[in-house]
Amino acid sequence: MQITVNGQSRDADDQATVADLLVELRLADKPVAVEVNRQLVPKQRHGQHRLAEGDCVEIVTLVGGG
Amino acid sequence: MSDTKPPLGDELRIGSHVFSSRLIVGTGKYSSYEAMQQALDVSGTECITVAVRRERLIDAQGKNLLDFVDTRRYTILPNTAGCFAADDAVRVARLGREILLQMNNPGADWVKLEVLGDKKTLLPDPLATLQATEQLVAEGFCVLVYTSDDPVMARRLKEAGAASVMPAGSPIGSGQGVLNRNAIRICLEYLKDNDPNYPVIVDAGVGAASDVATAMELGVDGVLLNTGIAHAKNPLYMAEAMRLACRSGRLSYLAGRIPKKLYATASSPLEGIIHSGS
Repeated sequence: MQITVNGQSRDADDQATVADLLVELRLADKPVAVEVNRQLVPKQRHGQHRLAEGDCVEIVTLVGGG
Repeated sequence: MSDTKPPLGDELRIGSHVFSSRLIVGTGKYSSYEAMQQALDVSGTECITVAVRRERLIDAQGKNLLDFVDTRRYTILPNTAGCFAADDAVRVARLGREILLQMNNPGADWVKLEVLGDKKTLLPDPLATLQATEQLVAEGFCVLVYTSDDPVMARRLKEAGAASVMPAGSPIGSGQGVLNRNAIRICLEYLKDNDPNYPVIVDAGVGAASDVATAMELGVDGVLLNTGIAHAKNPLYMAEAMRLACRSGRLSYLAGRIPKKLYATASSPLEGIIHSGS
């Protein structure tokens, strides 16, 4: 299925969870937060939250700022 | 000789957070993470701001800010910088909290709220800022809110539940210092009326150490700055200067300045002066 991650469209396995996506992106152990369709998905739910066709995913981290 | 340290209990208190340094320092715009690390250390700050941004998906194995920050030493204050709508700022605040919760950093309960009006001035959008403040307070956030130096707006934000109101000295990154001391003074009067411990922070516009001292002398509780250190020719010297200015300004405020007078008053006795004539 097609999803959008940080503005870029990509392929994901059907039934993939947020946790699966983070593993694929090698971000599983990184300090990141994830939104799916503008809704925060807390880390405890990454393993349960299944992605769906057309989902818009944002993965963010902390960077330098004032 | 009495102790010249500020009196015991003079810490900066915002919500559940207590700091002995009254400087909050940003982590952006340094020439390198190492330079940032050293400048933060020298500044004496215990609280640093960070921004929330998309993770790089191609170079995710590259350097991360958090590899260079001792998260046991610093309380992290996540900002909503770059947001131009209340909804976006609320989303960013939630995302920042989510990351800090994972890191077990005490900063997970608060946010530096910025909702900007336009890219040229980076001035706050007052209506959207108020709206986002109300929403985040309702969600249990300790909200430190960036605003202009308008005293009426400052009061509205406090009434909406902001834990600290943070008027700008001048536009973000402009280095113009505290442009309107009288507006900051009125903000202080309004915000601290019957609530002297309410924390007021000057956020933005600091260009040099004297700007920090000026703000602190007015009686604000702290100063938040970033570019003033990060873009100084020698960030380490400037970090030290900012640390000293913050303490200097605080002590000057606590000491209580003399009133300004139009005419001179001699410091030396006027009697017993030798002079020509009888």
